[in-house]
Amino acid sequence: MTHMGMKKQRMISSVVYHLLVAAFGFIMIYPLLWMVMSSFKESSTIFREAHRLIPESFHFENYTNGWRGFGGYTFGTFFKNSFIISVTASIGAVLSSAIIAFGFARLRFPGRNIWFTCVMMTMMLPFQVVMIPQFLIFQQLNWINTMLPITVPYFFGQAFFIFQNMQFIRGIPMELDESARIDGCSYYGIFVWIILPLIKPSIITTSIFSFMWRWDDFFGALLYLNSPSKYTLSIALKMFSDPSAQSDWGAMFAMSTLSIIPILVIFLIFQKNLTDGIATEGLKE
Amino acid sequence: MTAMPQPRRAKRKKPASLSEFLCRESVAGYMFISLFIIGFLVFTIIPMIASLYLSFTNYNILGDAKWIGIANYVKMFTRDSKYLKSLSVTFFYAFVSVPLKLLMALIVAMIMTRQSRVTGLYRSVYYLPSIIGGSVAVAVMWKQLFASDGVINSVLQALSINSTKSWIGSRDSAIWVLILLTVWQFGSSMLIFLAGLKQIPKTYYEAATIDGAGKVRGFFSITLPLLTPTIFFNLVMQTINGFMVFNSGYIITQGKPLNSTLFYALYLYQKAFTDYDMGYACAMAWVLLVIIGLMTALLFSSSKRWVFYQGAR
Repeated sequence: MTHMGMKKQRMISSVVYHLLVAAFGFIMIYPLLWMVMSSFKESSTIFREAHRLIPESFHFENYTNGWRGFGGYTFGTFFKNSFIISVTASIGAVLSSAIIAFGFARLRFPGRNIWFTCVMMTMMLPFQVVMIPQFLIFQQLNWINTMLPITVPYFFGQAFFIFQNMQFIRGIPMELDESARIDGCSYYGIFVWIILPLIKPSIITTSIFSFMWRWDDFFGALLYLNSPSKYTLSIALKMFSDPSAQSDWGAMFAMSTLSIIPILVIFLIFQKNLTDGIATEGLKE
Repeated sequence: MTAMPQPRRAKRKKPASLSEFLCRESVAGYMFISLFIIGFLVFTIIPMIASLYLSFTNYNILGDAKWIGIANYVKMFTRDSKYLKSLSVTFFYAFVSVPLKLLMALIVAMIMTRQSRVTGLYRSVYYLPSIIGGSVAVAVMWKQLFASDGVINSVLQALSINSTKSWIGSRDSAIWVLILLTVWQFGSSMLIFLAGLKQIPKTYYEAATIDGAGKVRGFFSITLPLLTPTIFFNLVMQTINGFMVFNSGYIITQGKPLNSTLFYALYLYQKAFTDYDMGYACAMAWVLLVIIGLMTALLFSSSKRWVFYQGAR
């Protein structure tokens, strides 16, 4: 085959490759595009024109209609609740996991392996096994219908984040700690002044994952929140979508779209941290 | 004789200052992990013991828990056909969706290894569903996609295939709608595979090419064996998650039609918080724990036969 022929063949294969990969990618995100586009359609036409992606004309009243919410509370309340809970739980999960990870990664003490096995165990334990007694405990504490049951438990470390931070800390040379010890810096000082600043990338990664998981959390809200004033976005959207409540699908899709915007923004800004985090640790969900 | 240890003991008794005590490595170690220990006891161990106890009782949250021995466990496997249905639905879901998802992730990861200027963009597009796939917004949207007047039927009609079937309303297809939602989120597994692929030294392929091995041979003799640890990791995590699936069954189908999407975790939730049959729900949770434990053990014991660790024999 001539040089030109080979070049041509390579170009054709490249075009075919990109066409296929792009087309499949389009199919992958089509449902999301459809949801976003439907939020701009006139509510009554959404299903009549379900096959059409781009609306004939863009309507924004779905957003104002949806924002009114239900039960006397606007989506402003639900956003606020989601935000407070996600941020609080994430701060707790990220900081406690970093502290615990330092103990496991750097210090030797009797029973360390047993406790670490316990960390791994919590990762594989189905939540259902502890769900009911936890519910009963929180009920005794009068914590039902508050944000406490879905924030406080995160202040005691999360296995995935402990693991992720440990991997990161292990990559930091021991000599740094040792030189600090000679200077009279205690273990606590080493953690605060040396390790903590160095594990910033891992703190960022765990913060992102934690926020996204808490933002999407549905089950916790379903178990513990039962009045609209306390609802997070996920439980509010579920209630909003129930046929008995309403059938304004335009408003539904408008609020759904708004609810994923924070996640999308984080995804766009921190894409690299996310893909690296996944790649190194296999964080999942 | 007794005089000797005396001074030593006295020395020990001399109170070490608090900061000295806290600076012992073992004390500091426990200080750092103390948060975990407290949380583990309060939120895991005590609830586990309580739930094991409750599983042998009849407890409906209002009255006292009444000890009934193994009656809950017996009822589950002998008189509760809905329970057995939920078990078979969950096994079917896990055994179909996990391999499909991983296969998809592996194929796309292989395709993604080809470098180009837009590879990063493709990767993000494929990863996006994993990021938001667990949200209520997506579940509600998915429900509408497969409704009788949803996008799927609409597109089919545009292609002049007459379909007015409600995909989530039909016993044969409802579970597949949920499986598809899971498989759609193959992106995070794909990224893990991509990381695994990157670690395979290029020289292996070069050596294979010199030996006259083609691409297909290279895949089956180099890529696949060296990727088995990654496949194994994915398989364990996804299988565990698969058995605990709840959201999609609760939001999209409510376990309907005819319990064809009644996931284990969904039935357990209904038992606990709709019927307030908490003892029974605890027993179900313990059986779930045993099932997941057995599946994990099975995967680990099978791994000796098919997972290859580089450098290990």
